[in-house]
Amino acid sequence: MALGTGPSTWAHRHLLDVDALSRREIERVLDLALVMREARETRAHRRLLDLETVALAFYEPSTRTRVSFELAAKALGATVVDLAVERSSAGKGESLVDTLRTLRRVGATIVVLRHASSGAPYLAARETDLSIVNAGDGTHAHPTQALLDAVTLREALGPLEGRRIAIVGDVAHSRVARSNVHALTALGAHVRVGGPPAWVAGFDGIPGVEVATTLADALTDADAVMTLRVQTERAAVAGIGSLAAYVDAWRLDEDRMRLAAPDAPLLHPGPTNEGVELTADLANGPRSLIGRQVEHGVTVRMAVLALVAGVA
Amino acid sequence: MSEVFGGVRDPVATFVIIGARVVDPAAGTDEVREMAVVDGRIAEVSAAPSDAERIDGHGLVVAPAFCDLHVHLREPGDAATETIASGARAAAKGGFSTVCAMPNTDPPLDDAERIERVLAAGADAACRVRVIGAATVGRGGERIGDLDAQAAAGAVAWSDDGASVATDELTEAALVAAGRLGRPLIEHAEDAGLAAGGVMRAGATAAALGLTGWDPRAEVAVVERDLAIAARTGARLHLTHLSTAASVEAVRRARGEGVQVTCDVTPHHLALAETWVAGDRAFAWDEPRTDALLAYDAACRVNPPLATREDALALLAAVDDGTIDAIATDHAPHPTPVKLVPFGEAAPGLIGLETALSVGLAAVAAGHLRLGSLLGALGPRPAGIIGETRSLAVGEPADLVCFDPEAHWRVERRTLVSRSANTPLIGLELTGVVRLTVADGRVTYRAE
Repeated sequence: MALGTGPSTWAHRHLLDVDALSRREIERVLDLALVMREARETRAHRRLLDLETVALAFYEPSTRTRVSFELAAKALGATVVDLAVERSSAGKGESLVDTLRTLRRVGATIVVLRHASSGAPYLAARETDLSIVNAGDGTHAHPTQALLDAVTLREALGPLEGRRIAIVGDVAHSRVARSNVHALTALGAHVRVGGPPAWVAGFDGIPGVEVATTLADALTDADAVMTLRVQTERAAVAGIGSLAAYVDAWRLDEDRMRLAAPDAPLLHPGPTNEGVELTADLANGPRSLIGRQVEHGVTVRMAVLALVAGVA
Repeated sequence: MSEVFGGVRDPVATFVIIGARVVDPAAGTDEVREMAVVDGRIAEVSAAPSDAERIDGHGLVVAPAFCDLHVHLREPGDAATETIASGARAAAKGGFSTVCAMPNTDPPLDDAERIERVLAAGADAACRVRVIGAATVGRGGERIGDLDAQAAAGAVAWSDDGASVATDELTEAALVAAGRLGRPLIEHAEDAGLAAGGVMRAGATAAALGLTGWDPRAEVAVVERDLAIAARTGARLHLTHLSTAASVEAVRRARGEGVQVTCDVTPHHLALAETWVAGDRAFAWDEPRTDALLAYDAACRVNPPLATREDALALLAAVDDGTIDAIATDHAPHPTPVKLVPFGEAAPGLIGLETALSVGLAAVAAGHLRLGSLLGALGPRPAGIIGETRSLAVGEPADLVCFDPEAHWRVERRTLVSRSANTPLIGLELTGVVRLTVADGRVTYRAE
């Protein structure tokens, strides 16, 4: 794949959610992520984004997403600025749109946006002429997480067509789960979302998605299992009785993972609450792809930045 | 097109309209005929002086002017967003000759002096400006206001709009006090507890967008409560901006049992389904036409939130069969900064005075509403709720609108008369343009 030569055939200036991408487009991101993995080692594309200024605008705390975007942009030669929200005018109450317009005026071309309000990246895309990459918005979407999960799953399982993937936890309030549902169903996988009823509400009737309200229903014969961070800091626990009840019924451990297909791998978007949604042994055991997910985070984001910049 | 605004204290008008389709819902007539206004009153054409202006009405519809039971004029307190004058001009351009201003201004309209001040400021506006007083002191939901003093100052109804009257006891007290004065209590039906946190109608769209759902039982619960209190007290209840089929059903049932209840619905709850939050820009009765880039447009954030398609169709049917008395816009201007924010952080409300007729005519064109039902719900029926009349009978004061039902126009920020432009209809082409509005015999709006 010759990058940076000839016009790009990528049709999207923004990455707001995976649901805007076709199966072929998703596969193109995943393939490009593999190219980027090599390129990162050989520094092959270290000037690919030298005309771009990538601003990281994280209105919520983040380690792995922010750092991997920064490394991805730098690996491709972009200028990177980190809008440290708590130290910027945004921290003084400047509106999101005003802050982004300022970033544009000082030369930013791509903004990687993390925001607590669902839909904030759509507003940003409409009201500025920046290219917007959604790094997680409220309880809506986290497209690059879903793409790196897909790369990780494809590496472990091969093609995902017809594979059964279980997503367990507070699916209803999870942007990771929502984007994963889009990505995995687009790739032909069967997705089973599992959790207490209040945590899987709203997922009935989506093509390719099954809703399970017991752990056995969720895990049986699953080819891979993804569990989600329980947002103990959020009020979401309210709808399910108690955290203890969740841990009792849903915490994943090696025993419970035996319900799934033999050697089914385990994914988690991080950061984990060990002892809550999964045991430390499982997180650190042989099934765990958690470390692999983090590694793919950088290369998937390299691919996404190259595509929205129109150079891949 | 040039447009001219007048005021309700201008000299009375005299003119003849030739060739227009004259629809008078009160009389049940709908016919092409000549009609005249002489010295501000409906008259026989033969009574018009020979030099009276002759307006060519071919292709136009003449109907009683509209009466909006629910607008926010933002004065006092926020004249940058709307003024009594600018809101009245928007009303006149939309075909309205009366607007009823809600009391949730800053400070709220909860005493005689404040009400008098608004009425004085609106005395020569481009439509009659009426005031709905606050039912409780400061809209605080703790003590009932001095409704007698407010009535003496001119309040035509009472409401704690923006919220329901807080408790059963206060609602009963307000209903009884308003009933004693022969005027309705206008209730924004919403249980704060059930609604808590909801920013759009609960359901599949909210789930897909990751937005907190608003449970429609929040409305129905208060509708049921209020209907029970109205039944008990025999007082007049008016339920505003109903957004669910279940609420309408409750009203229908209560009315069958003799409860004195009227209700209204907004144009946006009739025509814009909740899918608009996801970027749909087709009317509720059409196949969705979604542009994902338009998703989360804060112009679609409104309270009660946009309804489901099924509710919208049920509401239309209820306007058509008369169960819903009135179409009221809940015209709620907001400045750009409070709307140019992520959806869930935006102030709720959208403007509607200049688009209400066109949205209604779209429903008529789609076969979901008869023209007579639409014009009745915009004009005579809401007028009757606040003690005004709308009739095109000879001898009556001229309160009429003349519009071109076929003319197209594009909703554009720069041509809106309102000081605010918070409507998701911006950029869309609508049908139906007002050419002439007459309020109390005065020409308040004319476009040529």
